[in-house]
Amino acid sequence: MQRRHKEKLIELIFLFNGVLVVLVLAGIFLLLLKNALPAFKEVSVVHFLTKPIWNPDAYDQATYGLLPMLVSTLMVTLGSLVVAIPLGVGTAAYLSDVASPRVREIAKPVVEILAGIPSVVVGFLGIVLLGPVISKLTGSYNGLNALNGSILLAVMALPTIISLSEDALASVPRAYEEASLALGANRWETVLRVKIPAAASGILAACMLGMGRAIGETMTVLMATGNAAEFPRSFLGPVKTMTSTIAIELGEVAYYTTHFHMLFAVGLMLFIITFIINLCADMIFHRHTRGLA
Amino acid sequence: MRMDKKIRMKARKVEFFYGTTQILHGIDLDIFENNVTAIIGPSGCGKSTFIRLLNRMHELVPSARLKGEITLDGKSITSADVDPVEIRRKVGMVFQKPNPFPKSIFENVAYGLEVNGVKDRHFIEDRVVSSLKKAALWQEVEKRLHDSALSLSGGQQQRLCIARCLAIEPEVILFDEPCASLDPISTHKVEELILELKKDYTIVIVTHNMQQAARVSDHTGFFYMGKLVEFGRTEDMFTRPREKRTEDYITGRFG
Ligand SMILES: Nc1ncnc2c1ncn2[C@@H]1O[C@H](COP(=O)(O)OP(=O)(O)OP(=O)(O)O)[C@@H](O)[C@H]1O
Ligand SMILES: [Mg+2]
Repeated sequence: MQRRHKEKLIELIFLFNGVLVVLVLAGIFLLLLKNALPAFKEVSVVHFLTKPIWNPDAYDQATYGLLPMLVSTLMVTLGSLVVAIPLGVGTAAYLSDVASPRVREIAKPVVEILAGIPSVVVGFLGIVLLGPVISKLTGSYNGLNALNGSILLAVMALPTIISLSEDALASVPRAYEEASLALGANRWETVLRVKIPAAASGILAACMLGMGRAIGETMTVLMATGNAAEFPRSFLGPVKTMTSTIAIELGEVAYYTTHFHMLFAVGLMLFIITFIINLCADMIFHRHTRGLA
Repeated sequence: MRMDKKIRMKARKVEFFYGTTQILHGIDLDIFENNVTAIIGPSGCGKSTFIRLLNRMHELVPSARLKGEITLDGKSITSADVDPVEIRRKVGMVFQKPNPFPKSIFENVAYGLEVNGVKDRHFIEDRVVSSLKKAALWQEVEKRLHDSALSLSGGQQQRLCIARCLAIEPEVILFDEPCASLDPISTHKVEELILELKKDYTIVIVTHNMQQAARVSDHTGFFYMGKLVEFGRTEDMFTRPREKRTEDYITGRFG
């Protein structure tokens, strides 16, 4: 009897938590929507989605094109994934299947510590360390550009990708591993050709979550990417992402102007994009865990 | 008496430990060429442990420790300078539970060749077909080579695992209770297959089924509590066992 009550109570707490999370999410969404909508009284949605220029302070006619910053965000994010996925999955494969127990014991906490580094610190390293290196190697002005941001974001997405991929690899049935080794495959062949494909959906989910983190990350890109409000041309040029734009401009904008509401519209887009990515990751992840059961 | 055949593998004074627990005690055993050697004994007596030594699969457990010597054609397979990958190409293994990869039927059989460096697609295709034929599975899968291996029945999966093992042309094949999860008809097919395979391969099979040991094997080793109690020709062992414990086990008085 006692126990049943206890279980009921715990169940209620979890239900409450769940409902609360949904309410908060819905609240944020509605708040963004409410503040974004007035912008579209003056500027059309088509203008917002298609104009290649974001120039709210133009002398004659302000333009509010999302494209430059959307492209910037995608560049930096995809760039970071190009670096982080092979590195992250490779590290996970190494740690789960090749490394000696001693190496694993040391490496795991290091990865976790990496996840705890504040983004300001990462951005700072981008400015004083990575920037000069990039500048020297590529001849670009100060090395604060999309490439710099990509690499930093990769560093920040790595812990997520490594630890979740490792979990996915660990859940691959041992029988596959034994079968592969018994056929004369070595450890690398086994993990690359049997375990990673078997854990593919889990690894994909890990990468999507890493990507969700990269897209929403603000401080690091703000510091490292140069923030030029022009249409991005290359990885060696400065870019201004959606998050940077909001962070930089929301502090100075006059309240309840079109510009102000436009920034909310940008935030809304960001919210929708990250929401979709996380939803996909979640769906893939659940299919993965169900598939193995 | 029949002429004794050539000895392919030899275990000498094999002692095996998991951590500090000794699992095998002083095993001396010979495996004859083109023979089926059955390993029998009650659960937990170390049968699986023993045959996993023969292709160094025991090394997957970090605490595993081996003393004594195991040879293949007179050369030690257990010394530190021998690459286990090399040994596993020569000594293949089929497991108790069918464990095909979650890949297509074709890819399952081709896998061993690919990891062993075979690039020639024609060669691989031919070998896949011939392996499936040898494993008596070809007719059943001929039209669905690119379906998932997991869509096969348990018995078919086990024959696929045998085909996969045959594809790399090992010299010795280890079977660890290959029929334990199969129905009688699939069991019968696998047994026939083993009898067919012994013409070309040297076979070791762990089994809990006395009839199966009697039906398929030429030599039998009886393990009990980590010791090899008796080893000899299967006919002799099943008709006039030397040891009382062997007799009791074979006749089902314990175990
Ligand atoms: N990874 C391991 N670590 C520690 N002990 C183990 C390990 N694997 C097996 N053992 C122990 O070794 C002993 C022999 O096990 P083994 O699997 O060889 O028995 P078996 O004769 O194959 O039994 P069965 O007929 O049930 O398959 C058992 O006591 C078992 O508990
Ligand atoms: Mg066993």
